[in-house]
Amino acid sequence: MNDLTHFEVPLRQTPFHARTAVLNKLNRWGPWAGYMTALCFGDEAMEHTAIRNGASVYDLCPMVKYRVTGAEAAAFLDRLTIRNAGKLPVGSVHYTVWCDDEGRVLDDGTLFRHGVGDYLICCQERHLPWLLASSAGYDVAVREVTEEVAALSLQGPCSASVLDAAGFDVWGLKPFRMVRFAFQGGKVTVSRTGFTGDLGYELWMEPAQALPFWDHLFASGAPWGIRPIGTDALNLARIEAGFIITNMDFIPADQALREDRARSPFELGLDWMIDWDKGHFTGRRALLAEKEAGSDWALVGLDVPGNISAEGSILYHGKKREAGFVTAAAWSPSVKRSVALAQVEAKYRKGDDLWVEIYALRELQYVKLMLPVTVVERPFFNPARKRATPPGRF
Amino acid sequence: MPSFSAIVIGGGTNGLACAGRLAAKGCRVVVLEAGAVAGGGAAVREFAPGYFAPALAHTTRGVDARVMAGMALERHGLGFHPALATCVLNAEPLSVMRGKTTGADAAAYAALIAKLSEFARVLAPFRGLTPPRLTSSGNEWGKLARLGLGIRALGKADFREFLRMILINVADVAEDELTDDRLKGLLAFDATLGAWLGPRSPNSLILLLNQLACGPDILVPKGGMAALAAAMVRAAEAAGVVVRCNAAVARVLVTEDRACGVELESGEVLAADKVISAISPRTTFQKLVGPRHLDAGFFSRVQHIRSRGGAAKLHLALTAAPDVPDLQARMVIAPSVRVVEEAFNPVKYGEVPKAPVMEFVVPSAFEGDLASEGHHVLSAIVQFAPHAPKAGLEAARAEMLENTLAVLEAHVPGLRGLVAHAELLMPQDIEARFGMVGGNWHHGELAVEQMLFLRPLREAAQYGTPLPGLYLAGAGSHPGGGINGSAGWNAAGMVLHE
Ligand SMILES: Cc1cc2nc3c(=O)[nH]c(=O)nc-3n(C[C@H](O)[C@H](O)[C@H](O)COP(=O)(O)OP(=O)(O)OC[C@H]3O[C@@H](n4cnc5c(N)ncnc54)[C@H](O)[C@@H]3O)c2cc1C
Repeated sequence: MNDLTHFEVPLRQTPFHARTAVLNKLNRWGPWAGYMTALCFGDEAMEHTAIRNGASVYDLCPMVKYRVTGAEAAAFLDRLTIRNAGKLPVGSVHYTVWCDDEGRVLDDGTLFRHGVGDYLICCQERHLPWLLASSAGYDVAVREVTEEVAALSLQGPCSASVLDAAGFDVWGLKPFRMVRFAFQGGKVTVSRTGFTGDLGYELWMEPAQALPFWDHLFASGAPWGIRPIGTDALNLARIEAGFIITNMDFIPADQALREDRARSPFELGLDWMIDWDKGHFTGRRALLAEKEAGSDWALVGLDVPGNISAEGSILYHGKKREAGFVTAAAWSPSVKRSVALAQVEAKYRKGDDLWVEIYALRELQYVKLMLPVTVVERPFFNPARKRATPPGRF
Repeated sequence: MPSFSAIVIGGGTNGLACAGRLAAKGCRVVVLEAGAVAGGGAAVREFAPGYFAPALAHTTRGVDARVMAGMALERHGLGFHPALATCVLNAEPLSVMRGKTTGADAAAYAALIAKLSEFARVLAPFRGLTPPRLTSSGNEWGKLARLGLGIRALGKADFREFLRMILINVADVAEDELTDDRLKGLLAFDATLGAWLGPRSPNSLILLLNQLACGPDILVPKGGMAALAAAMVRAAEAAGVVVRCNAAVARVLVTEDRACGVELESGEVLAADKVISAISPRTTFQKLVGPRHLDAGFFSRVQHIRSRGGAAKLHLALTAAPDVPDLQARMVIAPSVRVVEEAFNPVKYGEVPKAPVMEFVVPSAFEGDLASEGHHVLSAIVQFAPHAPKAGLEAARAEMLENTLAVLEAHVPGLRGLVAHAELLMPQDIEARFGMVGGNWHHGELAVEQMLFLRPLREAAQYGTPLPGLYLAGAGSHPGGGINGSAGWNAAGMVLHE
């Protein structure tokens, strides 16, 4: 393999592969950012149950990571992202997005501040050329570190108890904060973050620590039925939490070929993050103009009657006029309702007279349903334990 | 803190034209010029004790008629010597005046220049237009439609010929229509003058059309180029413009996402409602504004505005008149298309051509006071010089000077014996002294992909920029450089329009 033929070789394996491979009874793997990732280990329902009722572990290694260091790291990130990165306290994390000049979203991600001039960006897509271009004129170094960091996501109401049993006292750790622990001669960083909308933690380490850490975590978590989960179960949990995923709920502006496909933070319901007072950032002028003129699209949460997932469905106004489309949908075991995320033309954002056309597969035959939907608040599932500090001991 | 309605950065001919037009409409304008005198490329330079040469530009195809009239430049003392003939130096020199020449190709040449002039005539009005946007709103549709119709009105055969030739290379045209190498070389030289293109590079003919659109004649102002700049300064001042020299701008100041003034290198701060930059767009955005006030995509596209200079400037102090057929002609040494192309090839690799091509004038033949009695100065534009010489600036300059003098000596025997002092400005020297990025003639290459609504970039092609309150007015904007003031005049129109 060389730089030109990398695509010819099989997907990479994560540092946890030796453990996940033997547990993956279905051998169900999918590609994620050049790695193979477990879609389901054996039973999606049980894996989702572990997220909501026990402790679940998801291999996060393929997540794309950039380290941003230097005296002007905060200034660089303030110009790059729409949120105020300078105000993010050291030891904290925030969710953020960045846009192109037209104010269209390139990606969302989480930003970890490890030091005054030391940040980590975690995101779905690769952006090194954009980050480097954005760094021109700033005293900052940007480096992709995806392969240098191994990570697991430990999620579920029992996750704090599992960590406690593993020797990591996280009882005082608040949401979006992080703390560092010694582990077998190295360090493990624990952040109270996740993608499930539940109590949960993300655990960051060097690849060399991956297998010993996995073994230690699973041994400690056994009493709580700790269980590895695949992307299918995680996707169900994130839909319940109302979270969006790049290239599933919106297409990054730099990948969109059709001019009308890219979306702004307003159109994705993320405008609450925009800090208009921090100074200029990329896309600010376009977004200010959009704020004044109004947006074309809106991202909404939908309550769908019945129990058939509305995945891939088209929305209609008055059953006739196309009004939008569903980007993610599921029957939610946690709220016992069929829910959906959808993009609708902005004028239909209130949801009046909005209908979804579902093709329901019933014993190998599609049946067309036209059902009235209601626009509802996200998250669909929002347990208090997600925020409680200290979290409950189970 | 002094406050103006507009600050113009850069006192070149475009900055002065812009300031003059704004002041005439009642704006309080200050022009901030880094150098000791205004004029930019149209200045005079004492390159050796007692010898003065035009700093960069030594001829013009005429000041934009709107600038001439709008600033009443004649009234402020601007006049021109009779148009210069071009003398192609060769074993048998050939004299050319517009389309008129002698020899076997005389008729063909006249016909070709007539055809090209006709194309230039329908293109000329575009030079005075704010480039259209590729959107449905905000364009001067009426004007555009009229200009489009103007092209269409060429008649069916000419229109087809126009479409065939508009993006063609000049070498093909020369080969198709002419047989005399002297004329072919001249055509190739003229089209690529100030460009980073060889005659065989695509789209090289359009640059010749652009020059013809500026004017058919090659002119030297009475009193020299500096007199042209001085007349513009007088006219601007008469309209109320304050022209401040030795006032290099270090930074554009921004408050509330709006350009609101500038800070000079001295630390002095000046406030204004509008800041208009008549210096290179790249310098404007990269150095004066900086990334903090600009979107990342735009800022990185600014870094990629191509701005390679291929023209070097030679000044010779001569102890006597050079032996040329006509001291008051423009002399061109460009023996054939091939020689011009081969002079371009090495600069692609950062090397110096063995046999550069060039044009020169003898300014002291027009103005007696540029050198002492009996002495002369020779001003040459020599192409092509590498903008990023592999051998380093010093070595490349020495080699370029030697090769240039050797070519000159071959065409003007005895010249080297008259040289009391020689100065060669390489593109890098020109950048250092005049601030033209890469030493480029147009503050950014004038090439089809950097023309009209792409000049200097889509987001700044209508003289406004993404930073509210900041405008561009220099050669880097439509319609490009040369001593004519068109870009500055257009920009002022846009500023007034808003
Ligand atoms: C070698 C060479 C020969 C040329 N010969 C000819 C010719 O014969 N005929 C012709 O028509 N054209 C010629 N040109 C092109 C012509 O010189 C330019 O296109 C023309 O000068 C552009 O005018 P301008 O006003 O836009 O910019 P300039 O003339 O470049 O003026 C810009 C001014 O801004 C000033 N400035 C720069 N930075 C700052 C700052 N930070 N603060 C304040 N002031 C600043 C500079 O000192 C300068 O005075 C030649 C160019 C070159 C390189």
